[in-house]
Amino acid sequence: MSASGREVWITGAGLVTALGEGRAAHRAALADPAALAAARDEAAFAPFAIHPIRALDLDRYMPRRGDQRATGPWMHYGIHAAGMALEAAGVLGDAALLARTHVLAAAAGGERDTALDEKILAEAAGAPTPAALTVTRLAEGLRPTAFLAQLSNMFAGNLSIVLGPAASSRTLMGEESAGVEAVRMAGRRAGAGQGDLFLVAASYNAARLDMLLLHRLGGRLLEGAWTDLWSRPPAGMCLGSMGAALVVEAADHARARGARPLARLVRVAHAWSDRTAGAAAAAAERDWADLPRDSSTLILSAASGAGPATADERDFLAGRGVVRGTAAAIGHGVEAAFAANLVLGAWCAEDGAFPALSSHPVEAMPAAAPERVAVSGWGVRRGEGLAVLEPVR
Amino acid sequence: MSASVAVTGIGMVTALGQGVAANWPALLAGRSGIRTLTRFPVEGLRCTFGGAVDDDGLGGLPAAQRCLAMGRMVASEALAQAGLTGSGFGGPLVLALPPIELEWPQRRALAARAAAPSYAAMLAAAAGDADDPAHRDFLFGTVAEQLAEAFATAGPPVTISTACASGATAIQTAVEAIRRGDCDRVLVVGSEGSLQVEALIRFGLLQALSTHNTDPAGAARPFAADRDGFVMAEGAAALVLERPAAAADRGAAILAYVRGCGEAADTFHRTRSNPDGGAILRAMADAVADAGLAPDAIDHVNAHGTGTPENDKMECLALQLLLGERVGRVPVTANKSMIGHTLSAAGAIEAAVSILTLRHGLIPPTINHHHPDPALPLDIVAGAARPFAGRTVLSNSFGFGGQNVSLVLGLDPA
Repeated sequence: MSASGREVWITGAGLVTALGEGRAAHRAALADPAALAAARDEAAFAPFAIHPIRALDLDRYMPRRGDQRATGPWMHYGIHAAGMALEAAGVLGDAALLARTHVLAAAAGGERDTALDEKILAEAAGAPTPAALTVTRLAEGLRPTAFLAQLSNMFAGNLSIVLGPAASSRTLMGEESAGVEAVRMAGRRAGAGQGDLFLVAASYNAARLDMLLLHRLGGRLLEGAWTDLWSRPPAGMCLGSMGAALVVEAADHARARGARPLARLVRVAHAWSDRTAGAAAAAAERDWADLPRDSSTLILSAASGAGPATADERDFLAGRGVVRGTAAAIGHGVEAAFAANLVLGAWCAEDGAFPALSSHPVEAMPAAAPERVAVSGWGVRRGEGLAVLEPVR
Repeated sequence: MSASVAVTGIGMVTALGQGVAANWPALLAGRSGIRTLTRFPVEGLRCTFGGAVDDDGLGGLPAAQRCLAMGRMVASEALAQAGLTGSGFGGPLVLALPPIELEWPQRRALAARAAAPSYAAMLAAAAGDADDPAHRDFLFGTVAEQLAEAFATAGPPVTISTACASGATAIQTAVEAIRRGDCDRVLVVGSEGSLQVEALIRFGLLQALSTHNTDPAGAARPFAADRDGFVMAEGAAALVLERPAAAADRGAAILAYVRGCGEAADTFHRTRSNPDGGAILRAMADAVADAGLAPDAIDHVNAHGTGTPENDKMECLALQLLLGERVGRVPVTANKSMIGHTLSAAGAIEAAVSILTLRHGLIPPTINHHHPDPALPLDIVAGAARPFAGRTVLSNSFGFGGQNVSLVLGLDPA
């Protein structure tokens, strides 16, 4: 809601996922079921399928070896996407604009040294004082640089060091809702004149044993062969690596510097229901009430695949527009999921069509040229996010 | 200049005790809360002490649960003072929190349940459910989710990390939401409970921690010539922030105002400020300008003052640039000398201490300042508390990763 007056645009977007990097790669892969299947990896962490990023031209936005060494894949993905977004917006390398760019990151933490974890666990299992042994082995084995690659705020910190945005830097945490809140805050601040130029960035690395373990402990991960997103059991999440970034900018600021919009950010809503039966739908309904229920709305859903939130979101979205569950193609990127869907939405606000990703009836409404894109993202535990984009004509 | 925001309630817990009533006299008396750690084995570590909050069995909990418990304490205290203990707070929660990870006791327990001490075996054995504490309590969103539920705050809670600036960033985020009319009040909580073994070792490896293991209470020496690092500590603070008119409408007493906020990202280095002090100066200058003041109006500085050689030197340089020839006449104090560096909570705790300073007209001392650093020409409030008649305080918070935030707090709304 840019209720406070100023119109807000998305003037740059960057995305790297299992499908590749950038707009053309995503458009091509989304239309190619064989490419989608090939992008999944059912072997590396079997019996858990993931959607990994296999290759990244790291040198493109992070040429310094020192920067590459000081960061892990989790940071690489997000910083790469941020470089793409800044480049698309015409901000990359422009010191004057970067000095006025505010960063809002959605982040968890960076990679652990899981080999060290396993070594310590093996030795501690037979030790008379496992706690003391853990302390000794950690003190011997942990690397100082690894810590800085793990801290949540250091994703944004490294982003500023590598790419240069320097007005401010805030990192939001808290799974899916952190991603919604980063976009919402950027939109509100730009709309209210608390800044003109914002970089929203988020990242997720699915190829991590510690992350798989965290979600497995909650009974969230799909086990066995990959299946259709909308028909999975409650343990239905396939994680996906992704870096996603958006330049969110006050329209008057963009116009003044001749920047072209990808889309208008009409509003971002974030409800917080207690998830008792029907509560999420009731909360979301207040935010969706004024949207027409027809094919004029293309709905990109960031539903994770895990239930009951995915089933509830699916049932809520059915009949409201042309629905696409994008985790079928790119996996679930937790903190990065909402921003990734917003990037895809911003790209197709201009492009129009978005191929169906599932044969489930929720995706059955015949597609038409959309007048708006609604990005829906209900967190696995909490938070019901909605962003509405329109083409700027 | 932007509108001031009222503070109508504060709460705090530190290694000195629970509540403002326990902390304020201890701070004025110059007591240290820093002790040798007993919560886990420390033999052989570079640093063996800290400002742990072990009351009420907190020491046995994982960090996130400790953050939650301390968050509950300080929010209850702040809401009681603000007179907002009824049903429904009527505004959102903004929480400053450290990153959350599964910890070693949990990891060892999972390995013991598995067929082998490997991730593959733990994954095979780990199928739990959504409310399994080993899952729920290690998600980043759970502390905020449970605090929001406990205090019936409105809408999605926001969890923020800007490292050692987090508490101040949370206050700034709340101030912005009130200023743009999103809400009339915000519950701000900064909570830090990260004194677990891996975090202590990691900070030690960065060579950021003091190693005065034989003298824990004397280890934190902000701005002293013999300073050798910061002291990891725990604690929490809560502030109830309100639109002044909304506070007045309900007859609430206003303790002080957040008059201005400034922030700046340093693009120089992961753990060091740019040697020109530019980013931290910008954060301070922007906060002063946001308050509609000139640097001459700053009566006192509640410094970030970590006691690392680098931080204190850079903070002094930026203060010299900000305050000019007044720099030696503006009293500066560093609460971390007594309570240690409470990391994610520090900005909130030190804002609360700044408000107490304004209201009581007393500046808590910087202890362990026996050997002033001749290179730092600041008026450090060393040794004992000092009477203070000023109206405005500048509170600084600078984080690893170059995230710098300054707040101007004052007794007057404009």
